[in-house]
Amino acid sequence: MSEAASEQVISIRGLTKSFGPRKVVDDVALEVSRGEIVGFLGPNGSGKTTTIRMICGLLKPDGGSGTCLGFDILTEATRIKREVGYMTQRFSLYDDLTIRENLDFVARIYDLPHRRDTVRDTLERLGLTRRKDQLAGTLSGGWKQRLALAASVMHQPRLLLLDEPTAGVDPQARREFWDEIHRLAAGGLTVLVSTHYMDEAERCHRIVYIAYGHVVARGTVAEVIAASQLATVVVSGGDTLALAAALKGRAGIEQVAPFGNELHVVGPDAALLRASVDDVLAETGSTGRARAGETSLEDVFIRLMQQARVADSAGNGGAA
Amino acid sequence: MSAGAAFSAARIGALMIKEFIQLRRDRLTFAMILVVPVLQLVLFGYAINTDPKELPAVIVSADNGPAIRAVVTALASSRYFAIRPGFVSEAEADTLVRSGAAAYVIAFPPDFERDLARGLRPQLLIEADATDPAASANAIAALPEIVSRALADFLAGPLAGKAPSALPVDLVIHRRFNPEGITAFNIVPGLLGTILTMTTILMTALALTRERERGTLENLMATPATPLEIMIGKIVPYIGIGCVQVAVILVCANVLFHVPMMGSMLLLIGVTILFIGANVTLGYTFSTIARTQMQAMQMTFFWFLPSILLSGFMFPFRGMPDWAQVIGVILPLTHYIRSVRGIMLKGNGIPELSGEIWPLAAFWLAVATIALARYRRTLD
Ligand SMILES: Nc1ncnc2c1ncn2[C@@H]1O[C@H](COP(=O)(O)OP(=O)(O)O)[C@@H](O)[C@H]1O
Ligand SMILES: [Mg+2]
Repeated sequence: MSEAASEQVISIRGLTKSFGPRKVVDDVALEVSRGEIVGFLGPNGSGKTTTIRMICGLLKPDGGSGTCLGFDILTEATRIKREVGYMTQRFSLYDDLTIRENLDFVARIYDLPHRRDTVRDTLERLGLTRRKDQLAGTLSGGWKQRLALAASVMHQPRLLLLDEPTAGVDPQARREFWDEIHRLAAGGLTVLVSTHYMDEAERCHRIVYIAYGHVVARGTVAEVIAASQLATVVVSGGDTLALAAALKGRAGIEQVAPFGNELHVVGPDAALLRASVDDVLAETGSTGRARAGETSLEDVFIRLMQQARVADSAGNGGAA
Repeated sequence: MSAGAAFSAARIGALMIKEFIQLRRDRLTFAMILVVPVLQLVLFGYAINTDPKELPAVIVSADNGPAIRAVVTALASSRYFAIRPGFVSEAEADTLVRSGAAAYVIAFPPDFERDLARGLRPQLLIEADATDPAASANAIAALPEIVSRALADFLAGPLAGKAPSALPVDLVIHRRFNPEGITAFNIVPGLLGTILTMTTILMTALALTRERERGTLENLMATPATPLEIMIGKIVPYIGIGCVQVAVILVCANVLFHVPMMGSMLLLIGVTILFIGANVTLGYTFSTIARTQMQAMQMTFFWFLPSILLSGFMFPFRGMPDWAQVIGVILPLTHYIRSVRGIMLKGNGIPELSGEIWPLAAFWLAVATIALARYRRTLD
């Protein structure tokens, strides 16, 4: 971005990983600078978890190279592990340990100098002091996730890797979670967070979109939307269901999605899109009215996914 | 920061404490650790301690003379034997013993009466089913006395003076199915080793696979803990648990069954730690190989079977074919049972036991090396 001097926290190129015959991550490059919150987006099974695991040394890449916090990801995994906080997709603290015992375990494993104080402060900050003797397995999803986050930053890492941290968490807890992430980033922590919630993408400084193992888009949300060159027409009123059916498959129309009483009609060519919509409205004699709308990130992602699927089935010999 | 150290006592401590807490919360495992040894010992202990009476016996005899009647009556009144009325043929007797319907065959040769009267010391063949040595030991021990008394009374009558000073018959005792006739005390050392083999290997075999299945291994692997630290942190608690089991078994063996302790307690503890160490490390090796807890359990049982069969616990070691002895020599249980028998029953010291101690140490070293080589640093 603009600060040329900004220190690269993650800098990898050509990262590739196969499981059996399937290339799950294919030639992925990633640059993350200090203090950034980068959203790592993509549909399920697109290779997000696999990429994150390679960055922190939990999986050995088949190809590619790079550094994480200045350490070589291929040879210096041990050094990397000390300075990275990693929150796994699945809750991976011990269900049969209490909240305090879990934090205490983590503090000991990282050999933290003021263990007792650190654990006590962490409990306090979490608001879990009173429930510290509760088994972690009995916590609700939102609390588990807060506990896991607290545990992963207790050793004051320089890089935080969060793998779908808010999956299955209610909106209130998600918002608080993101507030916390921003607080941490403001303190200099770099964050790479995978998600498939669009609203969360918008809370990131920058996003990287991966589909079928390939990075297909990157930049700020506005940049990604602009780069897609998609145009959107919003149709309001009329019989949306019948209209949607009539609009699908028309020239220049790629997506038709109902939003309440409106239809979002998306296509790559603004003029053609508008013409097709107007044609359909005239043909059906609908009372609906069309106006130019804003393309959403979701529209862009759906397009990227469809394109990637076509590319993937061509590249992988048609295998689904 | 001290997290930079390549080998950290704090990290090992973290793992050990965690392991202990989890163990304490896992009621079932905890019960297995403490209750199973006691239960097994008590069960076996009853077999050791009982002085079985009324063991089914059959008589093989061609005639029914007075001397024979006297012996049979004496045997019956000793209450060790429940004598089946009438005589059976040798073939019938064999079938009865094989089926378990008879535990003893008492066979009088055809000329028993005549030879006895002539002072020729006829044979009196006792065939005992010794599959359960504890069950047959007392009855066999009592036999010479019973027979000699019965015949003394008989010879004191009409044939007085013909009674020789020694036993008037040649008592031939033939133990079938278990020629060594392992005695009661031999069972405790074997049991000690067997229980330890089962519980310690199983517990550690589940140690890593459980973390893998629950997803906690990913978190653990993302921390700076090294393979060696994780191994030590995982096996040391179970060595401690094993020692508690040993203490429980030994106290029970002593209090309930008065098993003697001839040798050095310190040496016994030393050998025991060596044995438990070898076992928990083997269990840990299993858990680096197994993908699931189920596989880890199967591997444990796969190891357990030859251990109890070929270690000399169930069958006398010298009676096994060569190939089985070769396998037996590799098994830690073989050397442990020999050591414990040596220390507890014979009062052996280090010089006598060096041949058993170094194989245990070598085994431990070998499996530890394999475990560290096998440990996957990544999730691949
Ligand atoms: N250890 C593994 N062995 C085999 N296949 C795997 C393994 N881990 C992930 N995969 C496959 O790789 C693909 C990418 O998985 P993942 O990185 O978890 O995607 P995401 O996190 O984006 O949902 C999926 O199709 C998944 O089934
Ligand atoms: Mg994932």
